[in-house]
Amino acid sequence: MTSLTPPAHHPDKKYWLDESRNVNKLVWLLIMACAGLILFDALYAKHGHFAFEESFPVFYGVFGFLAYCFIVLSAKALRRILKRDEDYYDR
Amino acid sequence: MIAEGLNPALILIAGGLLAPLLGGRVRAVYMLMLPLLGIIQLCGMDYGSGNSISLFDLNLIMLRLDRLSFIFALIFLIASWLGVIYALHLRDTVQDVAALVYAGAAIGAVLAGDLVTLFIYWELTAVSSVFLIWARRSEEAFRAGLRYLVIQVGSGVLLLAGLIVHFRVTGSIAFDHLGLETPGGLLIFLAFGIKCAFPLLHNWLQDAYPQATVTGAVVLSAFTTKLAVYALARGYAGTEILIYIGATMTAFPIFFAVIENDLRKVLAYSLNNQLGFMVVGIGIGTELALNGTAAHAFCHILYKALLFMSMGAVLFRTGTIKASELGGLYKSMPLTAGFCIVGSLSISAFPLFSGFVSKSLIMTAAAEGHHTFIFLVLLFASAGVLDHSGIKIPFFSFFYHDSGKRCAEAPANMLAAMGLTALACVALGIFPQWLLYPLLPYIVDYAPYTTTHVLAQMQLLLFAALAFTTLMKMGWYPPEIPSVNLDFDWTYRKLLPAVTVRVWSLLDRAWGRLNSTVECGVMGVMGALSRHHGPHGKLAATWPTGSMVLWAVVLLGACLVFYYL
Repeated sequence: MTSLTPPAHHPDKKYWLDESRNVNKLVWLLIMACAGLILFDALYAKHGHFAFEESFPVFYGVFGFLAYCFIVLSAKALRRILKRDEDYYDR
Repeated sequence: MIAEGLNPALILIAGGLLAPLLGGRVRAVYMLMLPLLGIIQLCGMDYGSGNSISLFDLNLIMLRLDRLSFIFALIFLIASWLGVIYALHLRDTVQDVAALVYAGAAIGAVLAGDLVTLFIYWELTAVSSVFLIWARRSEEAFRAGLRYLVIQVGSGVLLLAGLIVHFRVTGSIAFDHLGLETPGGLLIFLAFGIKCAFPLLHNWLQDAYPQATVTGAVVLSAFTTKLAVYALARGYAGTEILIYIGATMTAFPIFFAVIENDLRKVLAYSLNNQLGFMVVGIGIGTELALNGTAAHAFCHILYKALLFMSMGAVLFRTGTIKASELGGLYKSMPLTAGFCIVGSLSISAFPLFSGFVSKSLIMTAAAEGHHTFIFLVLLFASAGVLDHSGIKIPFFSFFYHDSGKRCAEAPANMLAAMGLTALACVALGIFPQWLLYPLLPYIVDYAPYTTTHVLAQMQLLLFAALAFTTLMKMGWYPPEIPSVNLDFDWTYRKLLPAVTVRVWSLLDRAWGRLNSTVECGVMGVMGALSRHHGPHGKLAATWPTGSMVLWAVVLLGACLVFYYL
């Protein structure tokens, strides 16, 4: 598991975000916001251009989540083919 | 207005060329005044054409102002002014002059009423802007600058070829709607396509911009590509293939941006992706879509400049822009981090930020034109934008692992430029009906802040952010590692040189073999001659006079025979 903000290397001033507890608070805030959007999705009358916006619940949320995962994970796979050393073009 | 008929472009070009005569603070004040004078001049002019010059049989229209050229010229002047503020700490005459002449050339091109004038300014943008890359004064930047120059000038040559064909067939050099079917139309389209970084013609952008100076990249990000967007909107509005080209442009750079380590290169990929949205708008070609393109260019220039400014400040203070070496900088540069986040929220099109009110015009135009697949591609690309520009840029530089780097906050002038640009991004997002929509080429009948639209966008963005959090927590997000990723420039930076070297060595070897074969043959002939005619040769042993008489008799005999025949 990767922690979002590991402790600072410098023993200087402690910041609010240095505490992983506080980072988790932000994550929970995001989760709550998403939950709120799901709830809200059922409550208002949509005026979209496409039928799927109205027939598919939380269409944009699901689309955003899946598209994001697809982009990041496929780019990660793409890296295996495309990655070269930093001095590749200087050699 | 300062003077009747004075082209605002000339204020910047001539003014820029005169800048070296001044020094210190006087030059700084002078340079700050130039774009402002340009804005005063532009806003004081009436719509119409002017400054005609007759050259041979050609009637050059140096100045053509209408609603489309106005909005592009205005944002170019604003970007130029912000660029001057951002570079005020700098003492580099080359960059001072190059930045102003380059901005002036781009404005001149936008205001050009004919293709010849467009060509002249088109090439001037290439020649002046390369100095913003070379001013980095490193071997790497020099070579990247050369590659950039070759491609940019090449685009100009295609434009010239296209306009010659067009003129020969139609007898006109007017720069109005061209279309692909017009004579020379395809050549001009390709010329615009190179500058607009169409897929496979795009790599000069990701190659050159990250090599530019801290301030140079900010200036570069504003003009060249948006000039191409303007030119396409003027000449090729409604050309259907642009919808597909644009959609491809929005989608493919996002994959490269995810795994790129150089954060200014991430921004270059992101720039490419944003151009895609504008190109789709041009391809759709309706009034709503073209309004969307102009609005998006306007907003994009500001938030992209803001992002380049913030990353420039990081590079300026820490000496690196590699994500693998950065992190935790919000502790040292909190204001820069804040401005960067405003840029990120704007490009990601969060409600109340500028990207939201401009991108949605294009998305709505796609939806109204029943381009369902294109709409979904744009939506997909929007999730990608959130990743590379919305999250990756601020997260890996200002947050995430603390790199231990402690530096000063950005210089005051950089903060001022970022602050003003950030303010513009927010103001445009909140008051588009006053600040943005009245500037657009066509009358706007569009309300971005409807419940459906705001909630749909919030769903898209927050769930994508949730996906990011999930991938990070699971450790699946690709780590930032020092590397370069192959892109299409591999073909001309590696493949082509390798093929050339191979072909050259093959030719060299073949030539060597041919040489030795011919040499052997010649030596053989010479040996044979020497054997027969040399000092010890059989033919040399006979009496020379006798042999000559014999040949004379043979020749005479032959003559007689031919005579009687």
